[in-house]
Amino acid sequence: MSKVFERLYNGIIKENPTFVLMLGMCPTLAVTTGAMNGLGMGLSTCAVLMMSNLMISLLRRFIPERVRMPAYIVVVASFVTVVELLMQAYVRSLYASLGLYIPLIVVNCIILGRAESYASKNPPLVSFFDGVGMGLGFTLALTVIGAVRELLGAGTVFGFRVMPQSFTPISIMVLAPGAFFVLACLTALQNKLGAPSATNKKGFTCDGRCSGCMDKSCSMREESDKE
Amino acid sequence: MSKLYNVSLSPHIRAKDTTMSIMLDVIIALIPALAVGVYVYGLRALWVIALSVLSCVACEYIYEKLLKLPNTIGDLSAVVTGLILAMNLYSTAPWWLPVLGGAFAIIVVKMLYGGLGQNFMNPALAARCFLLISFPTIMTVYPTVDGVSSATPLALLREGTLTDFGTLFLGTHSGTIGETSCAAILIGAVYLIVKRVISPRIPLCMIGSAAVFVAIFGLAKGQDVGVSFIMTHILSGGLMAGAVFMATDYVTSPVTKWGQVIFAVLIGFLSAFIRMYGGSTEGVSYAIIIANLLTPLIEKATSPKPFGTERGAKA
Repeated sequence: MSKVFERLYNGIIKENPTFVLMLGMCPTLAVTTGAMNGLGMGLSTCAVLMMSNLMISLLRRFIPERVRMPAYIVVVASFVTVVELLMQAYVRSLYASLGLYIPLIVVNCIILGRAESYASKNPPLVSFFDGVGMGLGFTLALTVIGAVRELLGAGTVFGFRVMPQSFTPISIMVLAPGAFFVLACLTALQNKLGAPSATNKKGFTCDGRCSGCMDKSCSMREESDKE
Repeated sequence: MSKLYNVSLSPHIRAKDTTMSIMLDVIIALIPALAVGVYVYGLRALWVIALSVLSCVACEYIYEKLLKLPNTIGDLSAVVTGLILAMNLYSTAPWWLPVLGGAFAIIVVKMLYGGLGQNFMNPALAARCFLLISFPTIMTVYPTVDGVSSATPLALLREGTLTDFGTLFLGTHSGTIGETSCAAILIGAVYLIVKRVISPRIPLCMIGSAAVFVAIFGLAKGQDVGVSFIMTHILSGGLMAGAVFMATDYVTSPVTKWGQVIFAVLIGFLSAFIRMYGGSTEGVSYAIIIANLLTPLIEKATSPKPFGTERGAKA
């Protein structure tokens, strides 16, 4: 059971896909014009991620090594289609505002990344919770970015007015450049506070998988090479 | 400039120019244009200029204090950034607009990238574009001249009304604080060229190419292209001020001779293109920052061959 909680903590805080792994930047930058859009995108990705992790983990002994990528894509695309049709049926306004970015969940790096590096090597239950943790981490990040952009760019959060009426909205914040500003500022803030982030390796673990790692200066690397 | 011991090849003759002396010359050259702005738009313009300069200098000081960096406000570059930013604003701007613009110019565009000499685009213009995109309505409130609030000559031109040359030359028309008076800008330009702070290459190529492209696009759109049409385009808006004070920024323009020509023609082309086909009536600031981004590529393409290398050989 502790393994399950460890996965959730890992996905939400320690290896947060947006702030620490810097994955899935396309939806992160494109759809976070408001807190609601960020939340919606995060939760739909989360739903796909946990189901695809579970399915790929169950199939991990049957998928041949050489065709694993197409196999993962088929699994992911099936779940994305399910989520897309459900959204179209029940949350039409969100479906309309996210638009093209829902089908694009298929090629989200986080989903393929977790399938490749976690679900294909681990049993179904922990893989499922790895997906839940990563998905919630992604949701949290997108909602925070969306809330900050909406606050500065429109003076509201989740559609409720927060800023006083005299506040003039900074409309660049809800346009594309604002996404970069907010992401950069939030990552810098995390760095300053010593929380795990992409440039702050303190407390960042790689589970000792050195073969696929780009960090040549890593201290873990020498140890595993010696072994 | 810095107190490092420089190890360099001969000749060891050094020019007396320092960053501070060059920036001081630019400030002197900006004074006529800004003075006309204050004269035409009233003390309100002076207030905008003061806030913009104060904001830039204060932001540089605070940023360097917080990050424990050497204090560089003495080189006056922040003052120049503040003056150029104010030059690009209307005198109707609310107090927080120049303050926010100055903070964006100095902190985001200049200091985050490593301070003077490291910024990849002109800080004042980047801040102007930031403000223009963020507050499109506030940034286009035209000031009143002689009690009358009217559109800028470029906005009028789009509707087919020409503004009288004398007005354009002296600057007694609606516009941003420092861009309106061609006479005052020319005085500044002559001063900078005589003092050899800038070479006339970029301003001349930029204005010349803008004139050519405005004529070409005008003909392509079937407009009545005459001398007055082209002259109105050259004399109005930010073209003159941009050519003299903004496109010639050392940090963000190419150093090679042909690079500067390509850079200037590119700005002329983009300005004319945005003016004739864009949604807004003026495009000089966007044109300059887009060209700023291409500066490294232009320099790479035009870098001189080292003396003594074989023809066709890779350096």
